Amino acid sequence: MSDLRVLAAEGPMNLTEGGFFAEWAGIMLVLPFVAFLLIVFFGKRLKNLGAEFAIGAMAINAVWATVLLVQNMTAGVFREVNFEIASIGMFEGRSLIFELGWVVDGLSIMMYFVVSFVGLLVFIYAVGYMKGDVRVTWFFASLSLFAGAMLVLVGAPNLIQLIIGWEGVGLASYLLIGHYWEKKENSSAAMKAFYTNKVADVGLILGAILLGLAIGDFSFAAINEAAANHAEPLEAVAFAGGLLLFFGAMGKSAQFPLHIWLPDAMAGPTPVSALMHAATMVTAGIYLMARTFPVYQNLVGGEAAREWMIPIGVITLFAMGLLALVADDIKKVLAYSTVSQLGYMMTAVAVGGYTAGLFHLFTHAFFKALLFLGAGSVIHAVHSNNMSDMGGLRKEMPRTFWTFVIGSLSLAGIIPLAGFFSKDEILATLDYEGYQAFMWIAIAGAFVTAFYMTRAVSLTFFGTYKGHGHPHESPALMTVPLVALAVPSVFAGFLNIPGVEFGRFGNFTTWVGARVVPMGDHHPAAIDWTLAAYGLTAGLLGIGLGWMMFGRDADTQLARDRVEIPVLYPLLREKYYMDHVALGLVGFTKGPAAKAVNWINTYVIDGVVNGVGASMGVLGRFVYSGLDQRGVDMVFNGASAAADAAGSALRKLQTGRVQQYAMGFVAGALVLVLAVAVFN
Amino acid sequence: MILNQFLVIAAALFSLGVYGLIVRRNAVMILLAVELMLNAVNINLIAFEAVIRSSQAVGQIFTIFIITVAAAEVGIGLAIVIMIFRNRQSANVDDFNLMKF
Amino acid sequence: MSFESWISEPINWVYLVFGAVVLVSGFRVVTTQNVVRAALYLVATLGGTAALFLMLSAEFVAWTLVLVYIGAVVVLFLFGTMITRAPMVRDVGLDTPKARPVAAGLSLILFLTLSYTTMTAFGSREIVQVGEGTDTRILGEALLGRFVLPFEIVGFILLAALVGGVTLARRDLTPKEEEERSSV
Repeated sequence: MSDLRVLAAEGPMNLTEGGFFAEWAGIMLVLPFVAFLLIVFFGKRLKNLGAEFAIGAMAINAVWATVLLVQNMTAGVFREVNFEIASIGMFEGRSLIFELGWVVDGLSIMMYFVVSFVGLLVFIYAVGYMKGDVRVTWFFASLSLFAGAMLVLVGAPNLIQLIIGWEGVGLASYLLIGHYWEKKENSSAAMKAFYTNKVADVGLILGAILLGLAIGDFSFAAINEAAANHAEPLEAVAFAGGLLLFFGAMGKSAQFPLHIWLPDAMAGPTPVSALMHAATMVTAGIYLMARTFPVYQNLVGGEAAREWMIPIGVITLFAMGLLALVADDIKKVLAYSTVSQLGYMMTAVAVGGYTAGLFHLFTHAFFKALLFLGAGSVIHAVHSNNMSDMGGLRKEMPRTFWTFVIGSLSLAGIIPLAGFFSKDEILATLDYEGYQAFMWIAIAGAFVTAFYMTRAVSLTFFGTYKGHGHPHESPALMTVPLVALAVPSVFAGFLNIPGVEFGRFGNFTTWVGARVVPMGDHHPAAIDWTLAAYGLTAGLLGIGLGWMMFGRDADTQLARDRVEIPVLYPLLREKYYMDHVALGLVGFTKGPAAKAVNWINTYVIDGVVNGVGASMGVLGRFVYSGLDQRGVDMVFNGASAAADAAGSALRKLQTGRVQQYAMGFVAGALVLVLAVAVFN
Repeated sequence: MILNQFLVIAAALFSLGVYGLIVRRNAVMILLAVELMLNAVNINLIAFEAVIRSSQAVGQIFTIFIITVAAAEVGIGLAIVIMIFRNRQSANVDDFNLMKF
Repeated sequence: MSFESWISEPINWVYLVFGAVVLVSGFRVVTTQNVVRAALYLVATLGGTAALFLMLSAEFVAWTLVLVYIGAVVVLFLFGTMITRAPMVRDVGLDTPKARPVAAGLSLILFLTLSYTTMTAFGSREIVQVGEGTDTRILGEALLGRFVLPFEIVGFILLAALVGGVTLARRDLTPKEEEERSSV
């Protein structure tokens, strides 16, 4: 295991204050909110319905972040500005202070840049995409809110501000996913995203409280400092706190099994998906892990927590990639691909590859935004999300086609595109840290990635057109951002070739390495070509197989797509039954509460008798039909059916009458008061 | 005068409010019951203030806040009732179970 | 304090009178089968409460209660009653009869618990009478000094309630009406 001692090799860090742009970096955090207000109040009167403000704010931010990035390249920047807002009380003799502010260091500068740059291009694209749509003004207001909340999150110098930004991101994503709320399933998707994230947020908040109270300070600087010094009070809570923070990250970064909201979040307009998957939402979890990295790296408890995080990352990267094989909706293919790539990042960070995870986050932001915007361009042209309505579009939409291919190759990890270098670095880290088995799974994942992207490209752009009407290339407002994103998708990988430094500018590793608390992660001196060859071979094999199955003859594409491998396909089509399990759980938790209310309401014991009877009935039915009748081979079905039946049986006890709830509330409060009165 | 004589009357008023809250079907009447409960709280605050006599009359200040917020609550509550009535032609809460999943 | 010495204070006679008013009319608010009467009983309850406030030397709050509640809130209730077309006469459907026993039991237990806890907590702690009200100047200074932030927030809440109330209660125009309006 790498430890702090590895750091000696990192060399002393020369950090500068960064001057004006670092000192006033908080303006970046505020601008999107100003834009939000301006759009809400004046947006409707403008020609572009308020997009001007959103784009203007983002453009300033992008310039600002670029300046910071360049400053950070020449000399590491570290600057932290804090404003004390209030004292939030005492705990064990330590006063807890609530501060807001911003931190400017390698990690946050990288995130500022990604959010502003990708955000700017997505905003510009959205002007073309949303032309003539409903509620355009509100859409851009929410987009600004989304980007602003994410900037508050990545700029947070302490856990409390991070939580504020975190919840803001959740709220804005809810608004945007449910943008077309006229359709029930869209607003349901928004609710699902919100609830799933809320479940995870509990973990984040508890973890923050645990870590913050342990040392009496919520700031990352203090926590990381304490972790680097192996502080005893922090060590005591490191395992639980680390896992809880990770649980929070699982929700936002869509790690198995909390990934279920992300594919449904495709209900939002495509620019939202692009922004969400590339820059503003799903990266938050990875960012949190990177920000609190010393807790996981330097403390024994944190190390133990990592052992739990690695399998989850590996399951996510492989199992979720498989799901992309069967999706017909092009956005869902990309969504599962995002989940899978997030698995790569999480695995990398969990095994100790701080730079590897962040670098993949960096390159992924560009090519995934590119892919989503390309998919949006196609959807815009054919008015359908389904690949079975597409095909043969490469002639009609040449710019979209070429940029999409570049994004796909980059995602598939083909040399010399960006994805190759970042994926290779993750593989190298896995190899170095001694997780060979997981490394091979990651290589298999690379094969799957290449395969489903080839399928998507073939079904969309090759063969014959199967939809209605005449598709045509999207306007320049939409294709220019595609080209602008294709450039970093190709070249971003060169920023971090192991062993290559650009003179005094260093490379990506030194850029994100600018931080006050040092931590060790592995940097290979040169590319391990054997390993790279494995990854590359897997990618090429995936492309080859995909091309053989879907690429060549147009007519049999769909027939081949419908080939169903007996066991695997039903499992994948039903998304491993994760939605069923989640729904069953919801039914279960809602059951007991509703049951209690009903019991008081009917104020008879037969309520209990009925309840027991019903539960027994459900149990009996489950035993009979689930175990006895169907046998062990239907365990998946049985479990989900049982959860479903129990859920709906108990659901009847939930009446929906406000007054019964009020009564339960009063009775509950009364019981508490009586308990206190009696036991005092 | 003792403190408890006011606290008991506040408790009684509060319990009456709870009774009304549970038993009434008409949404307007439920709001009335809620007003009773808020009023009971006000009595408590004023009574305690009379005992403590803080230099800035904190109890009375809070009563004023409660009265204000209660006025806002009645405004919104009645607006909601009116809207629901317009859509469903009824102000009886057991005619609508919007809280049901 | 013994009951005799308590009852010998004249102010406690005043208390008994207004306490009875508050309790009886409060009881009628939740039991009467006539919507308008319920609102009027609420007036009586609030009036009694205001009198109790006066006894506790909280003049300003007492008159605020009268002005805001009796003057505005109850009028609002009467409007609500009219708009929802609740019958202005006896209406048997105002209660959920089968909920009565539970509700009565629950509120009785609640009352007993609350009184018991206050009894044990405060016993016969006395309220010292100062004989004069709280200076309104103190209230004003506190409201605009130490409590200025909550004061502003409450103002904002009122504004929000105003806007929200208008938005909620406003009837959307039918497409036909909208057309007529725009053609003018």
